[in-house]
Amino acid sequence: MTAAIEAIDLKKTYPPGVAALDGLSMSVATGTIFGLLGPNGAGKSTTVRVLSTLTRPDSGSARVAGIDVLADPIGVRRAIGVVGQKHGGAPEATGRENLISHGEFYGISGRELRGRVERSLERFGLSDAADRPVKTYSGGMQRRLDIAMGLLHRPAVLFLDEPTTGLDPEARVGMWREIERLAAEEQMTILITTHYMDEADRLAARLAIVDRGRIVVEGTAAELKSALEGDRIEIALVDGDGAGAQLALERVEDVGEVSLTAGMLYARARDGGAAIPAVLAALESHGVRVASVTMARPSLDDVYLRHAGRAFQEADSQQEEVAP
Amino acid sequence: MTAARQTWQVTLRGIRVLLRNPAYLGITLTQPIIWLLLFGALFKAITKIPGFHGGSYINFLTPGIVVMLAVSSAGWSGMGFIEDMAAGVLERELVSPVWRGALNAGTVLYSALVVSLQSVLIVLLALALGANYVGGVGGVLLLILVAALLAAAFSSLSNGVAMLARQREALIGAVSFVLLPLTFLSSALMQQSLVPAWIRAVARFNPVNWAVEAGRSAAMAHIDWGLVLSRLGLLVALVLVCAALATRAFSAYQRSL
Repeated sequence: MTAAIEAIDLKKTYPPGVAALDGLSMSVATGTIFGLLGPNGAGKSTTVRVLSTLTRPDSGSARVAGIDVLADPIGVRRAIGVVGQKHGGAPEATGRENLISHGEFYGISGRELRGRVERSLERFGLSDAADRPVKTYSGGMQRRLDIAMGLLHRPAVLFLDEPTTGLDPEARVGMWREIERLAAEEQMTILITTHYMDEADRLAARLAIVDRGRIVVEGTAAELKSALEGDRIEIALVDGDGAGAQLALERVEDVGEVSLTAGMLYARARDGGAAIPAVLAALESHGVRVASVTMARPSLDDVYLRHAGRAFQEADSQQEEVAP
Repeated sequence: MTAARQTWQVTLRGIRVLLRNPAYLGITLTQPIIWLLLFGALFKAITKIPGFHGGSYINFLTPGIVVMLAVSSAGWSGMGFIEDMAAGVLERELVSPVWRGALNAGTVLYSALVVSLQSVLIVLLALALGANYVGGVGGVLLLILVAALLAAAFSSLSNGVAMLARQREALIGAVSFVLLPLTFLSSALMQQSLVPAWIRAVARFNPVNWAVEAGRSAAMAHIDWGLVLSRLGLLVALVLVCAALATRAFSAYQRSL
């Protein structure tokens, strides 16, 4: 498959010397959903700004839908749709008026434009509210209008910058369904940035974790999880020889990273379910009484904490990117 | 064609904001009336100054008020862009292929339209107060045209300042800083032969004065075509230069993102 988004060694520094992008490279296959994860200030939004021609990198190059963002920004703008973190609709105009003027900005007009606007209002459930000012819309309705505007000119590549931030759970799930539908039915390439692991896990075919302006790890959600090497096993001990139990556990095949904290044994096993019988047998033969055993498959949270956790507390205390 | 359609969409947005905001509409329509009545009352004695030969006070002041209001009205144009930056509207527009010139030209056209409307109100009220439009309807239309051109230039300047400064406070400061000096350094409120020589010298380079001179000559006197056409030419050139600068300010803003 060809790449719909290709970025090579992007660098961008904001005064007074904050490196927002520090050699970021990425590639997104056509027709797939790609998730960018990372703490605030990691460079997610700057990446979207560069790829959507809102700003230029200090160095590096990028192609979107096969068009160079530096050489032909207008060509890129025709080929992309962008749904930013903030609502882009004019608040005093109605939903219909917003879609019409947005369409004119893309050179669509006349009957063609009116037809697209009607279909778009219908598709996003905004027909009833079409002639109300956008400032009277709920957060979910405004988000749907944002996406309707982003899709009106039928872009090949869609950028979604934290699309469900601030939405209630019901609206979030609705948004997820719409995004999945776009990728499946319209073969659209979608780059989504998010804070939410469940969102990335559900939507993104591939995802990358961004930290300090570069991509630290990339793969499918399953690949990233299995790269953590195994499930986590937690054993609550009733009483007795904790240190001895730890020793016994370390001898069990395929079990590693054993640690003991306050009557709890922690271990990691490639296949947790298969390891538990052996673990219990080893502990029993050592005379250790077990109160309970819990096994957890690695979550995307674990992946995230492993790769971005180091930076994520300090980064979160800083401001998001360098807001313009 | 596409550029014109896009410009009109931006203008249309301004018109919608005006029409859907009763308070804003009310202020926009009453401001001309209040200005003419206040300045008229304040400067009523101007005709008694020895050496004044501008005719009745209302004849002298009307073009001055029209032009002063044009600057004041158009000066706030950039405020819309500052709001759009905060709301995310500008970002959406800038990632679209819309011609950047249209974003500026649309608000410039809107400012010119609003100022034309306000000027008509002043002209009609002045007529009721006894103004004598020697230049006839054609002369009055020329007065409104120079006011609209001056508004267009200041609207672009305001947009440019907004894109570069990006703060309400900066724009408010710039408008307040510029409005009164430019008015006082012109013949808007005082006959040029009655002001110090250095003000007369500075006024020759003041666009506000170009507009006042041309408007007054066209509407209130037997028109001096040489004066009117030269000032019109200067104003048109100024509109184009300011529009080009403002359009470039969009690129400067984008570079800083």
